[in-house]
Amino acid sequence: MNLSLGPLLYYWSRDDVLAFYEEAKTWPVARVYLGESVCSRRHLLRLPDWLALAEQLAAAGKDVVLSSQTLIESESDLKTLRRMVCDGRFRVEANEWGAVRLLSEAGAPFVAGHTLNIYNPETLDVLAGLGAERWLPPVEISRAALAAILASAPAGMETEVFAYGRLPLAYSARCFTARHYNLPKDDCQFRCLDHPDGLALSTREGEPFLTINGIQTQSAGVYTLIDELPALRELGVASLRLSPQSRHMGRVVEAFRAALAGEAGAADALARVMPGPAVDGYWHGRAGLEHRLERHA
Amino acid sequence: MPLDLICPAGNLVSLKAAIDNGADAVYMGFRDNTNARAFPGLNFDEAQAMEGLRYAHDRGRRVLLALNTYPQSDSWSRWTGAIDRAASLGMDAVILADAGLMRYAVKHHPQLRLHLSVQGSATSYEAVNFYREHFGIQRAVLPRVLSLPQVDNVVQHTDVEIELFGFGGLCVMVEGRCLLSSYCTGESPNSAGVCSPPKAVRWTDTPSGLESRLNGVLLDRYGKDEKAGYPTLCKGRFEVSGETYYALEEPTSLNTLDLLPEMLKMGIAAIKIEGRQRSPAYVAQVTKVWRAAIDAVKKNADGFKPTAPWQAELNKLSEGQSHTLGAYHRPWK
Repeated sequence: MNLSLGPLLYYWSRDDVLAFYEEAKTWPVARVYLGESVCSRRHLLRLPDWLALAEQLAAAGKDVVLSSQTLIESESDLKTLRRMVCDGRFRVEANEWGAVRLLSEAGAPFVAGHTLNIYNPETLDVLAGLGAERWLPPVEISRAALAAILASAPAGMETEVFAYGRLPLAYSARCFTARHYNLPKDDCQFRCLDHPDGLALSTREGEPFLTINGIQTQSAGVYTLIDELPALRELGVASLRLSPQSRHMGRVVEAFRAALAGEAGAADALARVMPGPAVDGYWHGRAGLEHRLERHA
Repeated sequence: MPLDLICPAGNLVSLKAAIDNGADAVYMGFRDNTNARAFPGLNFDEAQAMEGLRYAHDRGRRVLLALNTYPQSDSWSRWTGAIDRAASLGMDAVILADAGLMRYAVKHHPQLRLHLSVQGSATSYEAVNFYREHFGIQRAVLPRVLSLPQVDNVVQHTDVEIELFGFGGLCVMVEGRCLLSSYCTGESPNSAGVCSPPKAVRWTDTPSGLESRLNGVLLDRYGKDEKAGYPTLCKGRFEVSGETYYALEEPTSLNTLDLLPEMLKMGIAAIKIEGRQRSPAYVAQVTKVWRAAIDAVKKNADGFKPTAPWQAELNKLSEGQSHTLGAYHRPWK
């Protein structure tokens, strides 16, 4: 089982992005997903910039995958998608079915992303037939449901599981960050730049609940499967996806590396650098915001 | 026919109300989690479905079956069984979201007409055409996220009929790509066929006001003069940077009556009314207004203007007594 660095879901300055991936070259991750998968208005790095970065990371020995935009709305979104597919140097992660169409037409093997909604082996088999060679289950998948899919998964299909980070839960046409600032989406003034880990949303009693990230809504809780490595191994999961955060990402990766190596204290080391409370309810077939330890408490 | 009126049938009484008031077609679900309104007391068993079909077909109308949740591996046969039943009952179409299930339908019931559900999250013609090429879908229901020019662009680039939501509950998120409900309660539309399920809702009268909770999470607190609505997760009031407001969306309904002339000119095949969970009286009233409006716009598109009584009637039925054009109208975003 190895580690993947998921696509950057937030909007950071160009310098911060470049510094982040400069550091990532040295992290023990086998695979790096690059590209803007959340909002087409974010433009500090455009596709050619991501491709240049991809070349650098590939030269540093990383398996590079380009992550496609999850919500396609306009013709210009499709143009970017076509350019990403046509470039051909790197594998693409398809995050909606338009990308699946383009990739299968191009005969390009691809990664089937977690927003394709693969909940059963039949759908996974459809994707395998179209060229998927790696897939991610929906982030709400439970261990039991994943086991049921993998029991009949197509031969050779590699499974990657979202194993760390705030959960990407929903996508909208509306930008909730712009809404918070009373700005129209078309003139959002790129306020996402002020929130490198999103904007916290709490209930009226001050309980952290969700995180606003432009058109994306994430959990407030930080999903972590660091305590579930034996189960993940047993299922035959090939990779764990770690979702970028603005601070201490190197230490997050290090904690997972240590845990995979069976070193003691990895989970505690991770807990010290998590930007919110741990959650793992989904994995146990429960509400996503729950955590195993609280239930036992 | 352009602008077919597709109305919700949560049960037989609603189905008849929709047909009697002018629906061209109704959509229904079976009584389990194979559809996205898997609420207790709602939906059809086989005998009721048969009676509904007879009632509609006798009057020259159609019945569509929503099978638009994502089949789970351990109960795959529940969904394929539903497809088989749809075919043998003579459903006019099934509305599907899952690619694996579409493949099953094509293989076993090639004559069965397939519609792509809004839960399939197809927002571009590339995605719509994918389902056309691989599974021969005849119609796609677009998520409530595109502006009208973006909808037009989809219509221009596909042979697939396009159906749009016209009225009712407003999903703010891309349908099929929203897990907020399962994050809070363990059940999402994708996997369980419910959003903000009633069994997880608790109302409590407290000194600081009436509180609505979903699986213990406070969604809203209402002052004495405030009207409390159903606690749909995305329509609660939350705190962001010290401000308390409807951070995602106000409790409001979608109402696109104003856009009918543009939808007609664009070649939109059908308008869908949301609300299988609503009462037969609601279905009857909404259907009646929309029938009149669609007839009027077809007669004279350029001179079409929604009448005040129509809007008043619809507003009365709307969540929060207010309505929005949603994403069809760019400034909403």
